[in-house]
Amino acid sequence: MTLVATRPEAAVHRPKRLRPGPRIRLGFLVGPSLLLALWSVTSATGLLDPRFLSAPWTVVTTAAELIESGRLQDNLLASVWRVLLGLAFGIPLGTLLALVSGLSRWGEAVIDGPVQIKRAVPALALMPLLILWLGIGEGMKVTVIALGVFVPIYVHTHNGLRSIDSRYVELAETVGLGRGAFIRKVVLPGALPGFLLGMRFAVTTAWLYLVVAELINSTTGIGYMMDLARTYGQTDVILVGIVLYGLLGLFSDAGVRLVERRALSWRRTLAG
Amino acid sequence: MATDTRRLIRVEALTRRYGSRTILDRLDLEIEPGEFVALLGQSGSGKSTLLRALAGLDGDVAGDGLVDVPAQVSVVFQDARLLPWQRVLDNVVLGLDGAAARGRESLAEVGLAGRERAWPNELSGGEQQRVALARSLVREPRLLLADEPFGALDALTRVRMHALLRRLVEQHRPAVLLVTHDVDEAIALADRVVVLDHGRIAAEQRLDGGRHTTEIRAELLRALGVTGEERT
Repeated sequence: MTLVATRPEAAVHRPKRLRPGPRIRLGFLVGPSLLLALWSVTSATGLLDPRFLSAPWTVVTTAAELIESGRLQDNLLASVWRVLLGLAFGIPLGTLLALVSGLSRWGEAVIDGPVQIKRAVPALALMPLLILWLGIGEGMKVTVIALGVFVPIYVHTHNGLRSIDSRYVELAETVGLGRGAFIRKVVLPGALPGFLLGMRFAVTTAWLYLVVAELINSTTGIGYMMDLARTYGQTDVILVGIVLYGLLGLFSDAGVRLVERRALSWRRTLAG
Repeated sequence: MATDTRRLIRVEALTRRYGSRTILDRLDLEIEPGEFVALLGQSGSGKSTLLRALAGLDGDVAGDGLVDVPAQVSVVFQDARLLPWQRVLDNVVLGLDGAAARGRESLAEVGLAGRERAWPNELSGGEQQRVALARSLVREPRLLLADEPFGALDALTRVRMHALLRRLVEQHRPAVLLVTHDVDEAIALADRVVVLDHGRIAAEQRLDGGRHTTEIRAELLRALGVTGEERT
């Protein structure tokens, strides 16, 4: 018998585990599932008035009807396309501004102030002006989204860039890195954690601004579908829209987090 | 160029000031090609300031004087200073184009063959510092500047690193300026030990085997201001 085996269990000193523990498979679905369960139970027991909030199964059958008629796909496609375009313009814009502002004092002096002002102005306050300038077409909607998206990308990339350890900059100087190599090897990878955090905010923000843009004046999109449902008092269609927005936001965030885990595999952090 | 590599490394009347504090005070120092000089001194004596001046890392510090160093200077810092987002081999050949094969050789030289694809975070402190050594030596420097490179390592690892550094220096023959506060490390590694005090050279000892090291050690400690009772 070994010495360890004879030792009583209580005498073994176990350090307290401070880490969050092993990863839970599909852990991000646990919270939403609990919400869904609560909603189902209250609807089934009649605790929830269907005129106030339709039951989950009504939402499902309504969604099925909407899919059958093709309305859901058309509107979803229109919405997704707007968000993609908004991201396609907003992400490069935010990244570029963050790089210029982060790498040069003059860039920061010129860029940072206006971005902070833009950040402080609510999106809805800009809408009248954007409508005057760009009309009520697709251009306006994509612009609203892009303007919303570039701010978190800028803020977090800029912050990530500025928090790159100055010792690495010194190292780059001693090994004689050129400007281009410095940006590729030190600046961009160093700012990547910040950029990806910005992306997480950006994808959810994009859906947020989409709602703003679509509810105001539109003939397609999930927002339009919901606004139309409001005039007819169809809570089930409104709920389909809300659930859809929620799912889209949730999955875009999960997608960014997946990229984050892959791209930042060099990091050993609490997330593990 | 053969003439270039035979050239002296010279520091003349070097003065460096931080505000009203003079850190280096008209300091003169010459290092021969291939010579291993250890720089001893208490904290604040100006050791690191001198090293940073030789490395050209003190552009924003006030002062004057002459610094004449070869074009190829490598620096090893106290922390390994590896880019955590670059794999080990990419760290070694950072800034060098098409040097992967040389980088691999260099890693093998420091005993890390096979770890090319590892992330720096996956290595121990000693291994990280070996990668930093490989990164310095792959550039074939004529002058190797080392700022307390083993200060953060445990005693056993430090002894191993001393042997490794001695072997590598014998192979590559760069001039070395090693900043340290460890008298025994200086004696174990250097051809010459220079003691810095208040920005000036306070003492100098050659280690050419003529004298007993205990005697040299005692003299160096005296120059560092360690009194008789404090010595062990």
